[in-house]
Amino acid sequence: MTATDAPVSETAPATPGPARRTLAVFTRNKLALTGALVLLGLLTFCFLGPLIHPTDQIHTDLSQAGLAPGGNHPLGTTDLGYDLLGRLMYGGRTSLEVGLAAGLLATLLGTVYGAVAGYLGGWADAAMMRITDAALAIPALFLLVVVAAIVTPSKPVLILIIASVAWLSPARLIRGEALALRSRDYLHAMRLMGGGGSRAVFRHILPNAIGTVIVNATFQIADAILYVAYLSFLGLSIPPPAADWGSMLSAGITYTQVGHWWLIFPPGIAIVLVVAAFNFIGDGLRDAFDVRLEKS
Amino acid sequence: MIRFLTKRIAQAATVLLLVSVIVFVLLHMLPGGPARAILGVQATPEAIAHFNHQQGYDRSLPQQYVMYLGRLLSGDLGESYKLNQTVASLLGERLPKTALLAGLALTLAALLAVPLGILQAVRRGKAADYLLTGAAFLAYATPVFFLGLVLILVFSQQLQLLPAEAPQADTLGGILTDLPALVLPVVTAALGIIAAFSRYTRSAVLDNLSEEYVRTARAKGQSNARIMARHVLRNALIPLATLLGLHLPTLFSGTLVVESMFNYPGMGLLFWNAAQGSDFPVLLGVTLVAGVATVLGSLLTDIAYAVLDPRIRSVT
Repeated sequence: MTATDAPVSETAPATPGPARRTLAVFTRNKLALTGALVLLGLLTFCFLGPLIHPTDQIHTDLSQAGLAPGGNHPLGTTDLGYDLLGRLMYGGRTSLEVGLAAGLLATLLGTVYGAVAGYLGGWADAAMMRITDAALAIPALFLLVVVAAIVTPSKPVLILIIASVAWLSPARLIRGEALALRSRDYLHAMRLMGGGGSRAVFRHILPNAIGTVIVNATFQIADAILYVAYLSFLGLSIPPPAADWGSMLSAGITYTQVGHWWLIFPPGIAIVLVVAAFNFIGDGLRDAFDVRLEKS
Repeated sequence: MIRFLTKRIAQAATVLLLVSVIVFVLLHMLPGGPARAILGVQATPEAIAHFNHQQGYDRSLPQQYVMYLGRLLSGDLGESYKLNQTVASLLGERLPKTALLAGLALTLAALLAVPLGILQAVRRGKAADYLLTGAAFLAYATPVFFLGLVLILVFSQQLQLLPAEAPQADTLGGILTDLPALVLPVVTAALGIIAAFSRYTRSAVLDNLSEEYVRTARAKGQSNARIMARHVLRNALIPLATLLGLHLPTLFSGTLVVESMFNYPGMGLLFWNAAQGSDFPVLLGVTLVAGVATVLGSLLTDIAYAVLDPRIRSVT
């Protein structure tokens, strides 16, 4: 990504605090700002939209099935007569809620695991990292599908399933960071003063890695939203009448043959927008925190 | 070199062993455990107890794991609930088809991504670069299934140029004779990889363009095309081999979606159908094979990388 590279010290005579400096770099990055605005727009659409455009997303109405966009239904209706605009808001809530929660949970789990592995080093680190290597070797979607086939997902279960697979990459990332931090002088000093392992991890390593953690969290959320969509598309998400953007696409696939394009484009574009928005925000934050990390 | 090889192979073996542990754990997470998975949903508690005793499932978990590993090594992956076939023979039929689809997608991706990446590097900061960068970010954010649906709508539904169903032939040769039907699945599977590879090629070419040997070649009066082919690409493309290894899991996940969308009779479709019908032996068999293939794939690319680029051996 393009870094806004004007050094902060030149622009600010009275040195502002780190939070404001971070915000300043972030807002100077146009893509990141666009991403944040798009995300804000989507959140407003999904959570406040139903106040302006209330629809029934539980009961089917076959007399209104398969209508093209127009009139009372600006985006048409589904094969079961749900208003598509309303369903886009309703389904978006599931996608966003599950994606946000799963992404954050995965980051939390991965961060603690990685920080502990990196801090311990040696054999413990090697053993912990081989476990993540093995789990990463199995394609994530396959693991997700197997777990989703064993337990029937509800919203909280889906969050747990996705987090249980997605924590692996932040774990690896933070472990690298912790490995670099553990040999710093202030950690030696802390140990000499009698500080223990948990103090080292929670008071020293994690706060120092916080930039990496936050940046990674945004990418994790983007990935989690995609995972929700993939699972729903494969028919393994929360059963109907619940909906999310992935299951809306999956329901629309049969009707591509009769040209019902309005079932495909709105949810698909919504997914692309939200995932791109989180990625742009993540890139902007990376520049803002000035952390260099591989986006995997 | 030998030291590098032994170290790398030992590491791969450890990871493989752990992959089998993960699948073993998943097997025990199944409702009713492995007995239910093999005898079926209608087995009586007595039959399950008998089976558990006979197969040693009443022993301790470590003992069971050793037995499980023994069965795996002799090629026994269990039997499908639904298809009246062993998982191993199902995989034998389906895996080559998925390899064909993945191979075609990778080839297409490499053929398109490398020139695109070079173009972007050469025209850095110009319109073409921005346009392609934007397209790559869009492709990153686009789920494979949405892309596939759009392609079906446009090329199959509107323009009626290409079929929306993949070839249904039983043999690889049969699949290859139905080329029009292969286009949409292969393109759908390739797009995400094109985005990743072209981004990579762009930055690798840019890095190499600023190297001193490029300046020397320029000073000697070599043409741009020759510098690109002889100096830049040679150095930029070797790491692309490693990138291939890293992308194997993504590629597998992609074929899972593409095969289920286009009804392509490979391992992904087998897996998807198994997920719909709770056919756990098949699900776990495919998961294991996908994991093993990924580990072996990245091992092979690492070895290839070390052979091609001597610097790697001394570093690791």
